[in-house]
Amino acid sequence: MSPDPSVVPLPYTADDVASLLGPDWPELLRTGYRWMRLGRALDSRMQGLQRQGRVGFYGAATGQEAVNVATGLATLRDDWIFPGLREQLVALVRGHSLVTYAHHLFADDRDPGRGRNMPCHPTAREVQYVSMSSVIGTQISQAVGLAYGLRQRAAPGVSLAFFGDGATSSNDFHAGLNFAAVWHLPVLFCCANNQWAISVPTSRQTGARTFATKAAEYGMPGWSVDGTDIVAVWAALRGSLARAREGRGPEMLEFVTYRMTPHSSSDDPSRYQPPDWSARALSHDPVARLEAWLRTSGVLDPSGAEAIGRECDAEVRSAVEAAEGTGPPLPASLTEDVYAPDRSGSRR
Amino acid sequence: MAELTLVQAVNRGLAEAMRADADVVLLGEDIGVNGGVFRATEGLYKEFGESRVIDTPLSETGIVGTAIGMALYGLKPIAEIQFMDFIYPAFDQIVSELAKFRYRSGGQFPCHVVIRTPYGGGIKGGLYHSQSTEAYFCHTAGLKVVVPSTPADAKGLLLTAVHDEDPVIFLEPKRIYRAVTGEVPDGDRRVPFGRARLVREGSDVSLFAYGAMVPPTVEAAEALAVEGIHAEVIDPRTLVPLDEAAIVSSVEKTGRAVIVHEAARFCGFGGEVAALLAEKAFYSLKAPIARVTGYDTPFPYALENLYLPNAERIAAAARTAVRAS
Repeated sequence: MSPDPSVVPLPYTADDVASLLGPDWPELLRTGYRWMRLGRALDSRMQGLQRQGRVGFYGAATGQEAVNVATGLATLRDDWIFPGLREQLVALVRGHSLVTYAHHLFADDRDPGRGRNMPCHPTAREVQYVSMSSVIGTQISQAVGLAYGLRQRAAPGVSLAFFGDGATSSNDFHAGLNFAAVWHLPVLFCCANNQWAISVPTSRQTGARTFATKAAEYGMPGWSVDGTDIVAVWAALRGSLARAREGRGPEMLEFVTYRMTPHSSSDDPSRYQPPDWSARALSHDPVARLEAWLRTSGVLDPSGAEAIGRECDAEVRSAVEAAEGTGPPLPASLTEDVYAPDRSGSRR
Repeated sequence: MAELTLVQAVNRGLAEAMRADADVVLLGEDIGVNGGVFRATEGLYKEFGESRVIDTPLSETGIVGTAIGMALYGLKPIAEIQFMDFIYPAFDQIVSELAKFRYRSGGQFPCHVVIRTPYGGGIKGGLYHSQSTEAYFCHTAGLKVVVPSTPADAKGLLLTAVHDEDPVIFLEPKRIYRAVTGEVPDGDRRVPFGRARLVREGSDVSLFAYGAMVPPTVEAAEALAVEGIHAEVIDPRTLVPLDEAAIVSSVEKTGRAVIVHEAARFCGFGGEVAALLAEKAFYSLKAPIARVTGYDTPFPYALENLYLPNAERIAAAARTAVRAS
């Protein structure tokens, strides 16, 4: 990846970043950069496999890596993630195995979800990444209930609900923010606003100036953050997480990103996106923005960046090789897990 | 043993479950300070406090959605939906989420929520405080659906629901919340799911009824007995899982079946029972299977007594079946 002169530069000096992320910032950002490259490599490879018919479906998160990686690195083991559509990288950063995730993408017999959900809907309890549906918004009120549980048992941890811009129109966005504010719970509402709900732009989704402004009327702070700037995302999350841990209640974070790929492998954005969208999105490529800044700051040189890219490609390739070819789930699994074992309510 | 009404038995079951396990929490509209609009949670707010008897904002999707999150964490939430007629804002959470969490996560995220809700007509509640729409939930794999008809079953089935590992839709027949009283065992005496109750033994015709339809069905059986017709009355108690063996063996004995529910007929639960009998008891049948149900209309206010099955309609269907052969 070569530095792109059209990329909007990250607006920081090294001192700024040190004050936002602390003295170990070079190591943090190198780690963050590597995870972002891994996410990018994964998207690239999987979109290719999908086109070849080797995985059935894929929803890329290209353009949202800064949000996912900063979330994975800023959260602690005790925290819980309720994903929207594009937060799979959060699970990986939190420690979910890439090979296991590849099994999920192939919907095979070693998918922890046993091949029942579409690809990009992983389940990863070991990193407190909650199983997701394809329904928009339902996870938002669920994250609030989990935060209630945390407080009820006086347990550490913050519950993070992720959702897209479209989900701000859902019933559960309203219910979730409202319940959380009334109950004053440790939950963060993280809106990954990539500016498109499939074909519908934000101007058709809300009459509000930003999504973050909605938070105030629920009785909580709302922050609109440049979601393609990993330093900004990281710093915002650190602040909100720290306040939530101190019992200061819920907050909403809107991460503004640019969707750089189609909604999913079943979508054709040329039908609805303006002709200049790609150029605008590219100039806000979170990976390119961080890379350019790291080079300017001397934390990373071109050969180092290339080496990281090669490592990530190899890691993805080897995970795909390890997983591909595993057989489909056994037929008997069709009727398992509908009910708890031994007390099956099966009617047949 | 204590002589209790059905709603008192629910209250007793909730209180005992909460005393036994600090993870049991209740949430719903008006259930705290007010003790619930039917008083099912009377006294519990005082005993267990506002963190375990939670007055929620007015949003059914919020109630069930947050209950799901609590259950994912390991609490044992019992949500109250004030009337079954108001459950639909939560339908997405129940059908798309609650019923599917265990399955879609390969067992990593079981989701044990109990949803209590008063259902059914006969209280002058009109279109939106009277419906009996159990079939929607029976149709969704992953849910269990329970309908008690006596105080003892209300408490015993509720305790089983609280200790189960699967989501349970617990339908409380509000028409008989206070109309019936009965002996209720003290302590943790659970009534298992999937086991029908033989309400009354008979040899000529089998009457199947659950919830608030059990009393008029028993009344019909008593009237038939005077005429020399011996009706068996069976209450399945849990619609999912269903005690198929009890239903089939009763009809193998009597050769005649009348299925009673207050829900609308078309695609109602009675159709499932009729299909079961057609599949597994066909050669025992001496008469066509009959259904006595609500009408395929919305639930009416002024004409609710016309809408609801009563002892006369049930007895008439039984007589027709007996006279058929």
